[in-house]
Amino acid sequence: MASLREIKNRIGSTRKTKQITKAMEMVSASKLNRAQTNSQSYEPYTRKIREVVAGIASGNSGATHPMLEERPVKKTAYIMIFSDQGLAGGYNANLLRSFMDQVAARHSSSDEYGVIVLGRIGRDLLKRRGIPVMDEITGLPDEPDFQDIKNITRLAVNMYKEEEIDQLYIWYNHFISAIQQEVKETKLLPLTDIGEGRDAAAQSYEYEPSEEAILEQLLPQYAESLIFGALLDAKASEFGARMTAMSAASDNADDIIDDLTLSYNRARQAAVTQEISEIVGGAAALE
Amino acid sequence: MSTINVNVVTPDGAVYEGDVEMVSARSQSGELGILPGHIPLVAPLSVGAVRLNYESRVHLVAVNGGFVEVRPDSVTILAESAETPSQIDVDRARRAKERAEDRIERAKQEEINYKRAQLALQRAVTRIEVAGE
Repeated sequence: MASLREIKNRIGSTRKTKQITKAMEMVSASKLNRAQTNSQSYEPYTRKIREVVAGIASGNSGATHPMLEERPVKKTAYIMIFSDQGLAGGYNANLLRSFMDQVAARHSSSDEYGVIVLGRIGRDLLKRRGIPVMDEITGLPDEPDFQDIKNITRLAVNMYKEEEIDQLYIWYNHFISAIQQEVKETKLLPLTDIGEGRDAAAQSYEYEPSEEAILEQLLPQYAESLIFGALLDAKASEFGARMTAMSAASDNADDIIDDLTLSYNRARQAAVTQEISEIVGGAAALE
Repeated sequence: MSTINVNVVTPDGAVYEGDVEMVSARSQSGELGILPGHIPLVAPLSVGAVRLNYESRVHLVAVNGGFVEVRPDSVTILAESAETPSQIDVDRARRAKERAEDRIERAKQEEINYKRAQLALQRAVTRIEVAGE
């Protein structure tokens, strides 16, 4: 059995660890709150753009745009949203695992796809596994602005326009609740399903100067807005996951402290008992 | 006088919401004046100030691109960014203007940089204009 002093030291250090995890839990909780608010205030923007795009796409005007049409797939790009920091439970690992499974099923060689990665942890994980990384962004702030990811959204949309890629998917952790996140894959380009079930909303708009010209401007803006929306969602998930992980860590620290306190008391008792029997033994020897 | 509901929405949330008598905006194909009861219309906007007339006063909103969606009873402006006069940092806009002018001087030979600098200049000028009213 460990000595009294050793056990006491371990209790002390576990207590300090618990203090840290507790603080991180609370920080994540407040960040989660803000991330959720941001995500909500962003919602009207996407919905509006979607409405208008759907209105045009479902109209029978015959207006078309390369971003609305399927073409034979030679290369697929994936945008993946990871976090910059760890200590978030299975946040990054779950995303990576689902992705690896899907990629193995879909692609036979690494020439067929590439990944645009957000987040330092994800970048390191992917590079270690030899997955082709097309571009990366690290060090995004906790409350990202639209401007922060503009380069990436531009890049992805342009690659599609130039036919360097023929499909674009986005992978991220969708926020369900603070304790539950779900890996989600969304197809961004081509936008084939946008007009579905929207005929009621289709108003007969006038388009100035023309439908094609509007699609030309609107579709990239829509694709960009979807990426940004996913990022906000992923940020909320990240803080949710971190909060849960840190709260579990604090609970574990409590358990360990309880166990250690118990063995500390046992050791103390044993020491006292031993001392008494030594004294008694010594007294008996004198008689 | 009848009014029309106006919403200016950006990725960071709504910037302006209210009922006005007339909306004037600069679309890419020319100046647009929108009164209540306008036919449904969608048009891309260029960088510039949107004017909202209400009770013989004019409110200005600086809008950075995007587009306008008009319905008979409502107008929605969707832009990557937009600001009302109180939200504009004039000093920052002035600095941005100087920077952009400087860059235009130097970058006339490079097509892309030139375009970007020009857009930046336009945004800065719009902001100064809107804040100055």
